[in-house]
Formats: sequence, structure tokens, C-alpha cells
Amino acid sequence: MRSFRSQQDPECGIVTTGIPGQIEELNLDPSAPILPVQRTGRESISRFLRSETGKGWLTISPPLLYAMLLLIGPIIVIVANSFWSQDYLTIDRTFTLENYRAALTEPIYRDLLMRSLFISVTVAFVTVVLAYPIAWFVSFYGGRYKGLWLFIITVPFWSGYLLRILSWKVILGYKGVLNTGLMHLGVITEPLSSLIYNVNAVIITLAHSWAAFAILPLFVSLEKLDRSLLEAAADLGDGPVRRFLRITLPLTIPGIIAALMIVMIPTVGDYVTPKLVGGKDGVMIANAIQVQFGRASNWPLGAALAVSTMIIVSLVAGTIVLALAGLKRLLK
Amino acid sequence: MTTSPMIEIRNVDKNFGTFRALDTLNATIGEGEFFSLLGPSGCGKTTLLRMIGGFDDPSSGEILIGGRSMAGIPPNLRPTNMVFQSYAIFPHLNVAENIAYGLKRLRLGRAEEEKRVKEALDQVELSELGPRMGNQLSGGQRQRVALARALVMRPKVLLLDEPLSALDKNLREQMQVELRHLQRQIGITFVLVTHDQYEALSMSDRIAVMFGGQIAQIAEPKEIYQNPATRQVADFLGGMNFLTSSHLSVNGKNFAATLPGIGDITGHLAGKTISDPAKAIIGIRPERLRIVWEGETADPIVTGKVADRNYFGEVTSLAVNIEGQNQHLSIVETNDFGADDIPVGSDIRITYDRDAFIVMQG
Repeated sequence: MRSFRSQQDPECGIVTTGIPGQIEELNLDPSAPILPVQRTGRESISRFLRSETGKGWLTISPPLLYAMLLLIGPIIVIVANSFWSQDYLTIDRTFTLENYRAALTEPIYRDLLMRSLFISVTVAFVTVVLAYPIAWFVSFYGGRYKGLWLFIITVPFWSGYLLRILSWKVILGYKGVLNTGLMHLGVITEPLSSLIYNVNAVIITLAHSWAAFAILPLFVSLEKLDRSLLEAAADLGDGPVRRFLRITLPLTIPGIIAALMIVMIPTVGDYVTPKLVGGKDGVMIANAIQVQFGRASNWPLGAALAVSTMIIVSLVAGTIVLALAGLKRLLK
Repeated sequence: MTTSPMIEIRNVDKNFGTFRALDTLNATIGEGEFFSLLGPSGCGKTTLLRMIGGFDDPSSGEILIGGRSMAGIPPNLRPTNMVFQSYAIFPHLNVAENIAYGLKRLRLGRAEEEKRVKEALDQVELSELGPRMGNQLSGGQRQRVALARALVMRPKVLLLDEPLSALDKNLREQMQVELRHLQRQIGITFVLVTHDQYEALSMSDRIAVMFGGQIAQIAEPKEIYQNPATRQVADFLGGMNFLTSSHLSVNGKNFAATLPGIGDITGHLAGKTISDPAKAIIGIRPERLRIVWEGETADPIVTGKVADRNYFGEVTSLAVNIEGQNQHLSIVETNDFGADDIPVGSDIRITYDRDAFIVMQG
């Protein structure tokens, strides 16, 4: 093996022409150093650019560049602001942690943040629980109408975001569709005032607004599920419920995580829905941030609130992802 | 096979819309039998297997397993287990968990469950792979895990849907031997779906050959090969020279015919009834024809010219034009005597075994 290698590999220091008697350069000294191939910097850069990885980076660099600029830029501005302070219209650029102290210890902000997290996590789970059966139905029973079903699901999104929220006002309002309908049926004698201007109204409206965003990733992960796995599970004795819990659910966890995150993360920062249907009990942290950047004119405090929210949301999101990944291991 | 019946298929039809996938199938598969469903793709063999497993329902007719009608019984309640063509290994579980999947429901207790899993792993020679994840296995390993996962349930019937078609040739041949061995060892009924005639011939106790949703013949491998019921069966299993005769006569258990360029031949009907001799066809396998080398004598003798030659390693196939006739004969000859060196265009003499001719309904 050794001799075979040395004839094959010129870097071993032995170069033969393969014809006996015509060995041009023979170095049999085993201690002879193996000369490393010297490459210039320019050579290695051009080599990198010609490699698959290099080509990949080259292809994505223009969008990557502007995405980074547009993403990182504002974040830097916000983070920088959060360590400054403002006196009416002038920004004092001396480093201070006062904004964070206020953001994290003032009861009003703490309550708003907790409520926002509660609302967004609840909305995410409610949306996913409601969206899963729809995605499941379309994927398993959509047949050749799958495309049509997905199209129908996106139809509400043709109207504006505000219109969707306002339509919930029409449904849930004091003299709204639900109240008048229930009164007409004789279920209630006077309109319920508990339907709108509270946390529940915010949750219902947001869950509806984000439904399609949850259905699509769930649909994709259900589509990817190999149907023969379900047949195999049936063959091995599992009825429909066990098949769902042991095969469908664990294998669609990635879709569930994606749907939860897609819904949860943006809803924390929503301030239009709470403003329109939340009343005073439905105010969320984003409303407070908006006020700081607007009427209260305290950008640094607003920035500190935004950064704190961002970090806490990331932590909550991470915890949910880890918990679901753990759940996947448990479902066997 | 004279054992008691395990699976009875009675007048089973299957329609997909207006397409008739299965047409009045009848078959009885014995206990402990290795039964193959053989046919080209689209002949309905997989549909029939899936019906036995409960994944499809017959449009009419019924299937009995162990004497019990299976109508309306879902797969999870049938005494069958299946090895899927795609193997359907659960990717989120490791090998041991895959095999234990069906056992969990039986609540055997941890010790018994582990014992059975270990036995199953040993049986398919995967003892080392228990902790490997389902999506990190090679094709052969997946096949073995699928087999172990089904066998560990101790089914009365094991259904195999083209289990070897995804494997390369050497592994496939090795697994054929192992599967046959395993079936004899555990003694349960195996129903194998395959489109590979050699696989069916080498592994099965009996074969059902299917074409276009119908069973053309059910018989033991040797019978199927030596005495195919129809031209289609003969054509699907190995090579066959088909010869037509204007003078075919049936006489008791024998037939006689005059073949142009070959002469008068006779043969056994071998249990077949030829209802319309005018449409019957006579056949002889290429390996039942032999070259008569120079200096040899033989009787009978057919003379002709070599029209084509194909080399297959251990054998050579020759196409011979019978002298004065518009008729090709295909011959397969071992290369021991130099059949691979016969030049195309040369004269050749052929002889045949007098009992080698068979007759089929066309």
C-alpha cells in the first residue's frame, strides 16, 4: 500500500515517470521535508470565489448588503438612543442606564410588557390551534382543489389591515352583529358590553388577522409529511388519534414552531389593534413605545422599552422553541 | 401447498372511477406459504396487496384472513403487517424505537418489549444500529428495519411491497436468500409483490402472474416457467420462441403440429385445454435449443443462418434465421464450446429436445 501511494502521490517527494530506468528525480530520504504548496493571497481569494460556497456568497451579497443596512442600521440607532437621554427637544448623548431602569422597574411598563407577552403568546397558540385543522384539511383532503383552498384562505388579506380590525368592531361592538344577533335569538336581553374594548377582543382580532400566516407554514409542513408513514403507523396498530399524536404532530413540529413565531413576534409590537378594539384594558407595550416616540417626545425611553421588549420576546420565543423540541422527543 | 388456507380472495373487483383495476380475482394463499404476485407495473398487484393489508377496499367481493372476513376492518386491526416499498421508516425515531413502535400499544412491559426488539434486531443482523436515527440509514439498513418492525409484531401474514426493488443487484440477491431463509424459519405466510420474474421464481412457493387486473396463472415457479398458461405469461417470464402452425391438432393429452422449416412435432398438453386450435401458439424456450457443432450428428436438425449475436458473459444469445423461412429462432447457449465466437452470417445447425415444445392459448 505504502509503495503504491508513493507512486501515486507526487507530494510524497517521489516523482517517477512510470518507466523503469527513466526516473528523473528520486528522493528516497524519508526525512526529506514535504514542501507545502505556496499560494498567494490573491490566488486563494480567486479560488474561494470559484468554489460553491464562494459563488453562493457572491450571489447573495447585494441583497444581503442592503438587508443588513436596513436591518442593522435602525437597530443601532435604537440601541444608541436607549443609552442617551432627552430634555424636551435636545438629546444628551452621555451614557446612562436610567431609561432601562425606568423601562424595567416602573410598574406601568412592567404590566404593559407582561400583558403584551400574555396577549401575543395566547394569540399565537390560539391561532395555531385554529389554523392547524384548516391546514390539515387542505393538505389531506384538498385533493386537486388545494390551490383553490389556499387562494380562498388569502382572500381576507385583499382588504387592508385596518379594514379587518374595523370589521371586528362591527361584529363585536355594543350594537354589533353578535349582540343584535344574540338579542334577536333571545339568548340575551340587552347588549353585552364585555365583547369589545378588552383583552379578549384584542386576542380575537389578532388571531383572525394572523390566521393565514399560521396556516401556510403548517400547510407546508403537513405537505412534506410522507403519507406512507401514516400507513405504516396504521399497519403497526395505531388508530387515527394515536397516528396523529405519534407521527403527524412530532413531524410537523417545525411548522408549528414557525407558525407560532410568525404570529407571536409581530403581535407583541402591534399597537393598532389594541388602540382600536382594546379599550383601556387592552393597551399593549407598543402603545407605550409609540407614545414615547410621539406625544411624550422621549425617544431614549421609547428606545429602551423597544430594546427590552425585543430581548424579552427573543427569550420567550427561544423558550417556546426549546419546549416544543422537547415535546417532539416525548411523543413516541 | 396443501396446508389450510390463510388468505382467501373471493371475486374481488376494484374500480377507480371508470377504470377497472382488478377484475374478479380469486386466489387462496396457504398458511406458511411464500406467495408472490408477479406482473408488470400497473397490473394491479400492489392494489391487491394493499387490499389484503386494509389500505384499500374491494369494490366488490371479499377477502378472508384466517377464515374471517376483512370487510370494514381497518389496517390497525388486521393480523397482517406490511413492508412498504418506500420502507416508511419513522425519521424522528431511532432504529430501536422504530421497531418498538407497534409494541408500545401492546403494553408488554419494558423487559419483554426490549427483549423482542433485541431479538428482531438480531434477526435482521442490525444489533449494533439500535440507537441510529431513522433518517441516517442506508437503503439496505432501511429495508431490514422495515422488515424487523413488521416481524416483531408476530403477524399471521407478512405483506411485502417490492421490498427489494430499491437495492442494488448484489444486495438484492443476498436479501432474496435471507428473506426466503427467514420465511422458512418463522413459518408465517409471506405475500410478496414484485415485477422481477427471477425474484419471484427463486423465492416463492407459488406465484400468481397478473396482467391488466386479472390473474393469468397461479402455479409453482417451475410450472409457471415450464408450462406457462398464456403467451403473456411465457413472454413475461424469460425468453420464449413463439411459433405458429396451420396444422395443430389435439389428441387426448397430446398435441401435434407441423412447423415450417422445423418439421412435425408433438407435445403434452400438460393439463391445458385448447379450445380453439386455430388460435393456439406453440413455444420453445431458447435454452431448450442446442447448437449442433461440426462433426456432431443429431436428430432432428434445423438449419439456418446466424442473424444476430448477443454476449451475456456466461451465455450467448443467438438469433437464427431458419433456412427458407421468415422465422427467427432465439437460442441461448453456454460459452463453454465457443458460442460467443460464432460469426454473424454463418450457417448453423440446431437440434431440440422432442418434449420441449409447449402449446399455449394465444
